[in-house]
Amino acid sequence: MSQGSHYYVPAPSTWPITGSIALLFMGFGAAFSVNKMPLGYGLLAFGFAVLIYMLFGWFGTVARESESGKFNQQVDKSFRWGMSWFIFSEVMFFAAFFGALYYMRIYSVPELGDLEHKSLWPNFTGDWPTAGPGVTEKFMPMGPWGLPAINTVLLLTSGVTVTWAHWALKLNKRGQLKLGLFLTFALGFLFVGLQAYEYGHAYSELNLKLSSGAYGATFFMLTGFHGFHVTLGSIMLFVIYCRVLKGHFTPENHFGFEGVAWYWHFVDVVWLGLFIFVYWLI
Amino acid sequence: MAAVEHDIPHTQEHYPTGVMRWLTTTNHKDIGTMYLWFSFLMFLTGGVMALTIRAELFQPGLQIVNPEFFNQLTTMHGLIMVFGAIMPAFVGFANWQIPMMIGAPDMAFARMNNWSFWLLPPAALLLITSFFVPGGAAAGGWTFYPPLSVQMGIGMDMMIFAIHILGASSIMGAINIITTILNMRAPGMTLMKMPMFVWTWLITAYLLVLVMPVLAGVVTMLLTDRNFGTNFFNAAGGGDPVMFQHIFWFFGHPEVYIMILPSFGIVSEVIPTFARKPLFGYSSMVYATASIAILSCIVWAHHMFTAGMPVTGQLFFMYGTMLIAVPTGVKVFNWTATMWRGSMTFETPMLFSIGFIFLFVIGGFSGVVCAIVPIDVQVQDTYYVIAHFHYVLVSGSLFAIFAGAYYWLPKWTGHMYDETLGKWHFWLSMFFFNLTFFVQHFLGLAGMPRRIPDYALQFADFNMISSIGAFGFGSTQLLFLYIVLKCIRGGAKAPAKAWEGGKTLEWTLPSPAPYHSFHTSPVIK
Repeated sequence: MSQGSHYYVPAPSTWPITGSIALLFMGFGAAFSVNKMPLGYGLLAFGFAVLIYMLFGWFGTVARESESGKFNQQVDKSFRWGMSWFIFSEVMFFAAFFGALYYMRIYSVPELGDLEHKSLWPNFTGDWPTAGPGVTEKFMPMGPWGLPAINTVLLLTSGVTVTWAHWALKLNKRGQLKLGLFLTFALGFLFVGLQAYEYGHAYSELNLKLSSGAYGATFFMLTGFHGFHVTLGSIMLFVIYCRVLKGHFTPENHFGFEGVAWYWHFVDVVWLGLFIFVYWLI
Repeated sequence: MAAVEHDIPHTQEHYPTGVMRWLTTTNHKDIGTMYLWFSFLMFLTGGVMALTIRAELFQPGLQIVNPEFFNQLTTMHGLIMVFGAIMPAFVGFANWQIPMMIGAPDMAFARMNNWSFWLLPPAALLLITSFFVPGGAAAGGWTFYPPLSVQMGIGMDMMIFAIHILGASSIMGAINIITTILNMRAPGMTLMKMPMFVWTWLITAYLLVLVMPVLAGVVTMLLTDRNFGTNFFNAAGGGDPVMFQHIFWFFGHPEVYIMILPSFGIVSEVIPTFARKPLFGYSSMVYATASIAILSCIVWAHHMFTAGMPVTGQLFFMYGTMLIAVPTGVKVFNWTATMWRGSMTFETPMLFSIGFIFLFVIGGFSGVVCAIVPIDVQVQDTYYVIAHFHYVLVSGSLFAIFAGAYYWLPKWTGHMYDETLGKWHFWLSMFFFNLTFFVQHFLGLAGMPRRIPDYALQFADFNMISSIGAFGFGSTQLLFLYIVLKCIRGGAKAPAKAWEGGKTLEWTLPSPAPYHSFHTSPVIK
């Protein structure tokens, strides 16, 4: 803590307010578009474009500051704390949806099939997977040993490749670093592609939809938010790859890389939870 | 705690002028100021809604607003006061005080700090403009339980997105505060030497990171149930509306401690200063705060005793809730013991702090009453609950905010506030607050339900008293605005150590505090 006097406090910046304007438009745009009101999609798209512009600008600024050596050890430590707590907040976000899954499987679905509810829904047994007693459309659940198992292997492999890249970075082997990173985000994007294919399969052949009651809601929301995080993580890895190509990061100083790697491992662990509780144990 | 004084080079204060200063600032004091003014503006906005509610309830029958609008008012009053007034006010205090109290130059993430603040106005716009869209603002109560909230119009969607934005702001703010406290303390300031206000904010920030994402999750489920055909809260699809209540209150209960722990911190700074004694039982205070935070995460279902739950569950949540009274009692004991045989003076911050202890204990006791299942079944959704949480949120959180504002205004503005007017503000607030809310205990015990624009004749007298009190309390707050403006514009010059009993690091800086707090870290002996 003795370096406190040299702590880098950035100059006034327009990026935060740009981001706020983006979210202002996105908030109104999303509210309008889910209600099918005019302007909704336009506002949403404009806000999103501003958000992308802001992300490019802001992260670009931070990367330049980092490369010009403005961040000392203490700033580096701040980044580490910040990223750790951010990932913790993401864990809690997924916990809400896992909580909903457990609640439905342990409480609400068995209860709807118990003796008290027989007068209302005599034929409902309360077994999982289910679309619930009042949703009559039939569906097939997603089995674990096809694409989901392949996706598990892909993500676990990408966890290995990103660690392999990290070792290379620490030993200053830039070639292995580039290859490792490339493999990691390629596996990530491949995962997202297979996930999209799986969704198509669910909708067209299994009749499994977002509206397929308890199972459909938890299946698509959990895997969907996870897929969204894999997409973000892959984009982050791709950005780090581009920075590596530009010669960024040193064996001693590469928190940008490490932060993304932490995030990638987090996404990996969430997937294991999904594979076990959403796909496997049904 | 003593600090090494140092020279502040005034030449380093470069920043844009005019509105761009406030839009682009990365300075913790500028951002703290914006948080505080924003929260005051929202306090007045939510206050006008409260006064409209009280005007309607002045006498039985429907006079001023129609029932639909009344429901929108109660909903928005709650949301705006919780997310717009109380929480940003405490973040404002955190921004101003934490870097000064731990001897840091600024917050750890100065740009993100700016974004945390500037996300609030878009969210407030979403909430307030929702009054003017078809169907009006969200009207399902600030807890927006389904199935009611699934059925409402676009106002509910605007509220959902506002909560997403507010949540992002809170999470970023909390991460910033945790990182600042863990990583930017002056050399020698170990965790157990930190001022109590810093400790309470560290624990509050942890609670924020723990529960705000859960709120984001549950409003997302609500959004998809409303618009994308999911069945999270629909029994026909295997879901359960009660599940919403569980997830919501997993956020909601720690949330009430998010709104009270920083006020414990403020009071723990003010009382030692004006009792001229160190805080009694500092380490027990720290452990009590942590205990309250941990317990707050496992008691949420006491908000839903009447929603149906096994007796074992009721017992668990009842005893768990009552257990919170133990660490809270430790705190009250410590504050009282700090004052014991102290050389006390009663300036406005001290008055608000003592008022806080007195009234917060009343709110705490009615909380224990509500925690008892058989009693809760009787008072659920009555004015008894309204009285309870206004005793902890208004005479608790808000009184502590006033105490903190008067305590640190000399440091922020460089001027002493008008002590006579400050005392008037306290005594008028004290009188009108109790006039408004004490009678609501009786109304609730007599069975008057909350969130209802009309009522039976036997409730008329107490409601009239309560409404008179509310208008008195509301008007009194304009006096606070006047006192603050007067203090900013001038007044007796405040010395660096505005209060002779002040021991924390901010009193080693000149008043007003320089733009950048500590260029070189002070050393804590």
